Amino acid sequence: MNGEKTNLFGALVPKSATFTGPVLRVDGLSISVNTESGLKPLVHELSFDLHRGETLAIAGESGSGKSLTSLAIMGLLPPPAVRVTGGSIHFGELELTALGEYALRQIRGNRIAMIFQEPMTSLNPVMKIGTQLSEAICAHEAISFKEARVRALEALKSVRLSEPEKRLNQFPHELSGGMRQRVMIAMAIALKPDILIADEPTTALDVTVQREVLDLLRDLQHEMGTALILITHDMGVVAEMADRVLVMKGGHFVEENDVVSLFANPQQAYTSDLLEAVPSLGDGSGIARAYKPDDDTLVAELEKVVVHFDVRSGVLGRVTHRVHAVENVSLSIRKGEIFSLVGESGCGKSTIAKSMVGLVKHSGRIRINGHDISAPHGKMTNQVRRDVQMVFQDPMASLDPRMRVGELVREPLVIHGVGNPSEQKKQVGYLFERVGLSRDQVERYPHEFSGGQRQRICIARALALNPKLIIADESVSALDVTVQAKVLELLKELVSELGVSFLFISHDMAVVENISDRVGVMYLGQIVEMGNCEQIFGSPRHSYTKKLISAVPTPDPSRERQSLARLVGDIPSAVRPINETVPHVVLNNIGNGHMIATEDSFT
Amino acid sequence: MVSFFLRRLVQSLLILLGVSIITFVLLYWLPADPVRQIAGRSATPQTVENIRQQLGLDQPLWVQYWRYLSGLVQGDLGRSYLQKTEVSTLIASRLPASLLLMAGAIFAELLIGLSMGIVAALRRGTATDQSLMIVSFIGVSAPQFVVGLLLLYVFAVQLGWFPIGGYGTFSHLVLPSMTLGILGSGWYSRMMRSSMIEVLRQDYVRTARAKGLTRMRIIFRHALPNAILPIVAMIGIDIGIFMGGIVVVESVFGWPGIGQLAWQAIQRVDIPIIMGVTLVSATAIVIGNLLADLISLMVDPRIRTR
Repeated sequence: MNGEKTNLFGALVPKSATFTGPVLRVDGLSISVNTESGLKPLVHELSFDLHRGETLAIAGESGSGKSLTSLAIMGLLPPPAVRVTGGSIHFGELELTALGEYALRQIRGNRIAMIFQEPMTSLNPVMKIGTQLSEAICAHEAISFKEARVRALEALKSVRLSEPEKRLNQFPHELSGGMRQRVMIAMAIALKPDILIADEPTTALDVTVQREVLDLLRDLQHEMGTALILITHDMGVVAEMADRVLVMKGGHFVEENDVVSLFANPQQAYTSDLLEAVPSLGDGSGIARAYKPDDDTLVAELEKVVVHFDVRSGVLGRVTHRVHAVENVSLSIRKGEIFSLVGESGCGKSTIAKSMVGLVKHSGRIRINGHDISAPHGKMTNQVRRDVQMVFQDPMASLDPRMRVGELVREPLVIHGVGNPSEQKKQVGYLFERVGLSRDQVERYPHEFSGGQRQRICIARALALNPKLIIADESVSALDVTVQAKVLELLKELVSELGVSFLFISHDMAVVENISDRVGVMYLGQIVEMGNCEQIFGSPRHSYTKKLISAVPTPDPSRERQSLARLVGDIPSAVRPINETVPHVVLNNIGNGHMIATEDSFT
Repeated sequence: MVSFFLRRLVQSLLILLGVSIITFVLLYWLPADPVRQIAGRSATPQTVENIRQQLGLDQPLWVQYWRYLSGLVQGDLGRSYLQKTEVSTLIASRLPASLLLMAGAIFAELLIGLSMGIVAALRRGTATDQSLMIVSFIGVSAPQFVVGLLLLYVFAVQLGWFPIGGYGTFSHLVLPSMTLGILGSGWYSRMMRSSMIEVLRQDYVRTARAKGLTRMRIIFRHALPNAILPIVAMIGIDIGIFMGGIVVVESVFGWPGIGQLAWQAIQRVDIPIIMGVTLVSATAIVIGNLLADLISLMVDPRIRTR
């Protein structure tokens, strides 16, 4: 393929070959939002250059202005409220902020392309993949739809999507998240743009899929010499991908350096804080525990727990398939222990949590604090409900926006009739201080708090009934790393001071290593390996555990980027025909409670 | 997909059975006596009793219903008490006019409603948006007989563009369809506006812009098919609302449809006609909903795989 572009706007869009100097030069860029109280700046006088073939990472936490910067380059800032209020963006000779909509359209997708964070929602659900790809090509090149389809197929092949011919005629919902992100990449590179902007391209993906997508992006960039702007909050991804890094905070430029120097020798205090807060994956040793779990008291025991969901189809709505969400899981959690379940989406880790609080029906046996909650002999009582509390992933969604936070924390006490109103209010004040908030904040509403503070409120609510076990389902996943580190610290304090146990559910291996006493690795509804941190991270034995660990990006740019065998395909489906049984894995104790599944029983 | 339709078909038949039972029982309990209507005021008690026996109205409720149902499954809707004609013949002669009126009304309400909604969504927050929404509010709140008379006065009496009433040509159809459709177009414009605004915020619309597509293509090829999905389901429900509306509209415009037939039958307690019209309406609603499902199925591939 050559770089010749024939389009209506050919005269204005310079061909790649004519560029000298940086391909993109951002100079004093300011972005503001129009509010009722006037213009509110979101990005202040940001300047940077992007050179041909290089990868520039723009790193920062939420609200740093990194995504807005990328949208400004594309001319896609949400009108009319948000707009560029100063500075310039030069793409070669062209000043992008001065271009009209018509001219910008010739550049978007053609010379500057973009990949977004959410592959699940970034493709049009009612349009075939092939059409979505071809129309992007047709928008910029004077070729027939049939020719565009051939090009679309080439693009799908280049992103190494399995069965590319079949994919052209499929709809987005028929593809997994990783496959959709490959389609997005195919769409972005189909016209061989000069600049590719990837805005958190792997944040929504599982860690093994993230690995594949990052490898793919790197390879494609090498092949095509495209300049890549990688926008991310994940310093591990930055370390693996970037040549240069630009750190932003609250719309301000913090520092810019080449990746090795930045990690080795950060010049600004914020950069060091950011790097320190990143949980990094080690070998599971050397993590200090203030509290030693009590071996004799078990707060939760699961014995051969099975959860199936029925899939109905046909004229009579008969059950034809079952989702084997949880298969034969046995585990126990001691008093004062943080037990983590780790695995990729759909592995059944959240379903276990739901069955432990009685939100889904299970078979097998679950005991909470010695009390059997499994039918037919046992049942969920209010006492058990007090003993287990949950903290969810999205703190904003799990707090009623119309209630004051003090009332939200007091509500469990009211429901269970603990104490009189004045005692309850006293307890709420104590809980607020315990989770690092202040007593006088109880009269406020959830929206007045930051993400980390909201999660602290959720934790305070979970603590209100003095539970034995708190189930934290992806409770820190939505938080920025610096906030995440502080919340994890709080959880550890609660364990050592109150002796409460945690079932910590996460997809993030580094966080799990950082916080756990023991870990269970789940795959397709079953635990394939279980043991303490040293055992799982120091000497992982099961191939899936090894795969998970090796897929985690390391926040250390000096480390050799190891080229591991390409992982292809997705995790097989947990949906099976009704008469098909699932082979149960057998866990063998190989010493000191390190349990691993024999590989041949693992299908 | 075949099994989906088979299931819906079974459900539809059950719904029709339910409608027939409820209507039959309600009419049985009606305080007005149909036999008195037939016999007239001067009839002797003996004549009244004879007619009652003749029509089988002296039988217990379940016997009467069973007779009706056994006729129904053979396609027999019974005979009118007063007109001495088969109900099916009466309905068959009136139904095409009503179906035509409904088709016209659906066309009018979609044309007016959807275009108003799309324009309002694209011009959100402007004076255009606000004036369109005021117009739609008037459309929703104005009673149909008022709208009908207003349209008649302006377009037929004053301007003379359309005939005042009657049936036969396209120009006869315009004003009744508009009258019947205006209520719905008010609803549709509001639904379309909010649905479109919602869709324009979606990530895939941003993707479409990032591809460099034209504004027209983004609106009509990407946003519209998604925005219209929740509205398609409404069309099925609409037919039910029309059934109420045509009684009014047909009498305002002298339109010879089943609305008029039903109105006359109700006044004269002509039970077989009331039953017949109710069942035909229910069938129309059921078919309308089936069609709406079919359209959703065609537009949205996600339902297809289920």
